[in-house]
Amino acid sequence: MKLEVNGIMHEVAAPLDMPLLWALRDVLNLTGTKFGCGMAQCGACTVHLDGVPVRSCITPLAAVAGRPVTTIEGIAATELGQRVQAAWIAEDVPQCGYCQSGQIMSAVALLREHPQPDDAAIDTALDGNLCRCGTYNRIRRAVHRAAGT
Amino acid sequence: MSESSATPMATGRRQFLKATTLAGSALVVSFTLPGRAFAAQTTAAAGGDLSALIEITADGLVTLTFGKSEMGQGIHTGLAQIMADELEAPWAAVRVQHGPAKPAFNDPNFPMMITGGSMSLSGSFTALRTAAAAAREMLVTEAAARWGVPASECLAEQGKVLHAATHREYLYGALVAAAGQRAVPTTPTLKPRSAWRYIGQPLPRVDSAAKSRGQTVYGLDVRRPGQQFAMVARPPRGGHFSAAHYDAARAVAGVTAVFDVPQGIAVVGTTTWAAKQGRAALEPTVVIDQDAGFSTAALAKTYAELARTPGLVARADGDLAAAAAKATQRVEADYAFPYLAHAPMEPLNCVALVSKTGVQLWLGTQGQSFDQMAAARVAGVRPDQVTIETCMMGGGFGRRANLFGDNVALAVEVAKRQPDTPVQLVWSREDDLMDGYYRPQAHHHVVAHLGADGFPLGWQHTVVAQPLVTGTMLESAMLNPKTGVESTLVEGITDLPYVVGALQVHAHQTKAKVPVQWWRSVGHTHTSFAVECFIDECAHAAGQDPLAYRLALMQNAPRERQTLELAAAKAGWGSPLPKGRARGVAVVASFGSVVAQVAEVSLVDGQPRVHRVVAAIHCGTVVNPQLVEQQVQSAIAYGLSAALREEITLAADVVEQSNLHAYRSLRLHEMPIIEVHFVPSDAPPTGVGEPGTPPIGPAVANALLALTGKPVRQLPFSRQRWS
Repeated sequence: MKLEVNGIMHEVAAPLDMPLLWALRDVLNLTGTKFGCGMAQCGACTVHLDGVPVRSCITPLAAVAGRPVTTIEGIAATELGQRVQAAWIAEDVPQCGYCQSGQIMSAVALLREHPQPDDAAIDTALDGNLCRCGTYNRIRRAVHRAAGT
Repeated sequence: MSESSATPMATGRRQFLKATTLAGSALVVSFTLPGRAFAAQTTAAAGGDLSALIEITADGLVTLTFGKSEMGQGIHTGLAQIMADELEAPWAAVRVQHGPAKPAFNDPNFPMMITGGSMSLSGSFTALRTAAAAAREMLVTEAAARWGVPASECLAEQGKVLHAATHREYLYGALVAAAGQRAVPTTPTLKPRSAWRYIGQPLPRVDSAAKSRGQTVYGLDVRRPGQQFAMVARPPRGGHFSAAHYDAARAVAGVTAVFDVPQGIAVVGTTTWAAKQGRAALEPTVVIDQDAGFSTAALAKTYAELARTPGLVARADGDLAAAAAKATQRVEADYAFPYLAHAPMEPLNCVALVSKTGVQLWLGTQGQSFDQMAAARVAGVRPDQVTIETCMMGGGFGRRANLFGDNVALAVEVAKRQPDTPVQLVWSREDDLMDGYYRPQAHHHVVAHLGADGFPLGWQHTVVAQPLVTGTMLESAMLNPKTGVESTLVEGITDLPYVVGALQVHAHQTKAKVPVQWWRSVGHTHTSFAVECFIDECAHAAGQDPLAYRLALMQNAPRERQTLELAAAKAGWGSPLPKGRARGVAVVASFGSVVAQVAEVSLVDGQPRVHRVVAAIHCGTVVNPQLVEQQVQSAIAYGLSAALREEITLAADVVEQSNLHAYRSLRLHEMPIIEVHFVPSDAPPTGVGEPGTPPIGPAVANALLALTGKPVRQLPFSRQRWS
C-alpha cells in the first residue's frame, strides 16, 4: 500500500492489520515514534493523521490509506512544530526522553486548535501521555512558552 | 603512539592515569576510578586496555568516554560539567559517550560496570577532576616549554593556554599531539572552589535537543543490517507450557522461525508485529508446577502473622522490657506494602548477534557486567567475548540492572538459535509488567512505648520481606555478616534519625516465587515509609505537632534536622491552609543525602490529591542545581505514583496487572507544584537520583492522618476510601 509520511510517499509491503506504529518503526525505520504499551494507554506512539493526533499503536494501516501521516521526524516542517520543539529544549523538559516525541506531538495538536491554552486545556490534551520521569511540570511550562502565555 | 603514566593519590585511594597520543593528533588521558577493594584489577586495566578516558582532538573537541549509563538522570551533563570545569574546556566543545563493557569502566566501589545506588556522580567526582586536571597541566607544560617560560606564568582558560605577559596563546588543539608525550603529573592541582566555572551552575542538559527531535537512539531503536524481531511467549513463574499451536504461529505472515527456549516459546519475524501476531497464534496450554494457587493476598496474611514473631535481630539497643514497663502509652501499627513494577516507559529489549567469535549486544542497560555474564553463560563463551553497545535508556529505575541479566539471557537464548543474525528481543508491555522483577511485598509491625512526656522510651520494629541479593554474588556487599540481615530490609530503621530509647529491630527474610529487585531507593521505599508514618502516629498519640516532635528527637541527627527545618520553613508549616487541606511531613536520609518534604493534600472522590510539595535536599556540593531539581521532582512523581495507586498483585499464580490501564501511574493533572530548596554545603557531592523518592509517600500519608484522623495501614492509598 501507499503510505504518505512527512510529505514523502512510500510503498509499504505490510499486512493491513499492522498498526501504523510498527510500519513506521520496523518497515520505514522512523524510530522517533515510540512503543510504550500497545493499547493506547501511554501516548508514546502519538502521531498526526490528517493533522489530528492518534495513537499509532492501535491504528491499523487499513485506516491510514490515502491520509497523510506526520511524525516527530517531520513536525519541524511547520513553524508551530519548530516552536514547540524549541520550547521543549529551552525548558530542558526531557529526562529519559522516551515519552517526549508523543508529548510534543500532542502539544502541537493542542496548540493548533487552541493557540493559547490554559492549564485545564493542557491537562485535557496531554493527560493521555504518560511520563514515568515526572517531567510534567516542565511539559506544562514548555507548552505555555510555545504559546507565549 | 606514545604513552606515559602516573599513579596519583585521590581521596586516599590509588587512581591510575595514563596519557596517549593517537596517530599524533589527540591527547588521551585515560584513567581508572580509584577502586576500594579491587585495586589489582584496576591496576591491570590501567596497564593495558582502554580505560575511562578524556580525549582532546586537534579540532579542540573534548570527548569523555565513561562507564555510567544515561537513563534520564542527567549523568552525561553532570560529568561533562565536572570535566569541562577542571580542564578549562569551553562548554560547547565537550561530549560524553558510553564506554564499552570492559573492566576498566567498572564502578569505583564494585568490581562491576553498573549504574545505580545514586553513586554515578558522587563516586566519580574527585577521580574525574583529577584526570581532567592532569590533562590541563600537560597542555600548560607543553605550551610553556614552547615559549621557554615557566609553566607557573601560563594559564589555561577556555580551550587555550595563555601567557599573559607576552600576549601569546595556544589553542588546546595545537598542543595535544606533543602534550600527550609529556609525563603525566603525579599530583595535579585541582582548581579551588572559588575558581569553578561550571560546577554549581544550572547548565542545560546535553541531551535535550536530540530527545526533543526524536533523534535519540534507545535500545528499541537499534536497527542492524538483516535484523529480525522476536517475542517470547512466557508461562507464569513456576509454570510451563504443555502444548502450543506452533504451526499456526509459523503460518502468520512475516514469521520466520518458531522454537522453544528454556523460558518459553520464541517467535521470530521480519517485524515486531509479525512476531507479536505469531506469538498470539501459539495459544499455549499452561501448567503450574509449584505453589499452585499462589496469591499475594495470602502472602500478606502470612507476612502479618510472621511480623508478630521474633526474627533475626538486626539491632538491639537498650532494655525494651524496661521501657515497656515504664511507659504510660503504647502505640502500635501495621504497614503492608505491595509488590511494585518499575514500568519504565521503554519496555525491556535487546538486540543480540551470536556468531562463532562471540556475542554482540545492543541495549540500554544499567548493569553491563551482569548482562555480559548472562550472555556468556547462555552462549557458552567467555565474558570478554561479549561486547555491549550501551544505548540511551527510556527509564531504568533499577529494572535495567538485573543481577541475572534476565533480558539479555532471554535475548541470547533466542539469538543463538538464529546464528549470525541480529535479533531484537521485544518485551511487550504485558511481558514487562507480568514477567518482571519487583519491589518486594513487605509487612512492618511497629510498637512504641511512650513516656509521660509523650516521647518514646522504646521502639520495636519487625520487618517481613524477601531479600534482594542474598545467595547472589552481591551478598557480601549488602548482607551484614554479624546479624545475617540484608541492608535492604532494615536500612532507614536500624539507623533511624530519632532518639527513641531502646531500639529493637527484627527481620524475617522470606522466600516467595515472585522475583524481586531494587526499585528506585530500594529498601527505603518501605522501611522509611513505615518509620516516617509511625513517628507521626506517635506524635499524634502524644498530642504534639509532628514537626516539633521530630525536631525534639533529632539531637543526634544534625543534617536531618537542618534539612527538615528548611523544608518546614519554606512550606510555611503551621500557617493556615484552605479548608479541606492538610500538610504532612517526612524526612529520610538515603544514599548519603537527606531529603525532607512537606505535602499539601486534600481529598477528591475519596482519594488524596497532592497540590504542592516543598522539598529540601542536603546533597553536599551541588554540581548542577537544575539537574538536582529535576531529579527531586522526578523522584517525587515516581514515589507518589506508587503510593497513590500502583501495585502488582497475583491471584492463582498470575500477575493481575497486564498493562498500563491496570498499573495506573501518575498523570499530568495529578502532578503537584514542587519547590526544591538546597541546604548549603561544601561537602563532597552525595546521591541525588533516589533520595527524593522515600519521603513523598509518608508525607502524603501523614497529611491524610491530619486530614481524616485515619492512619495508612495498606499501600497503595487507593485500597481504601478516605473521608
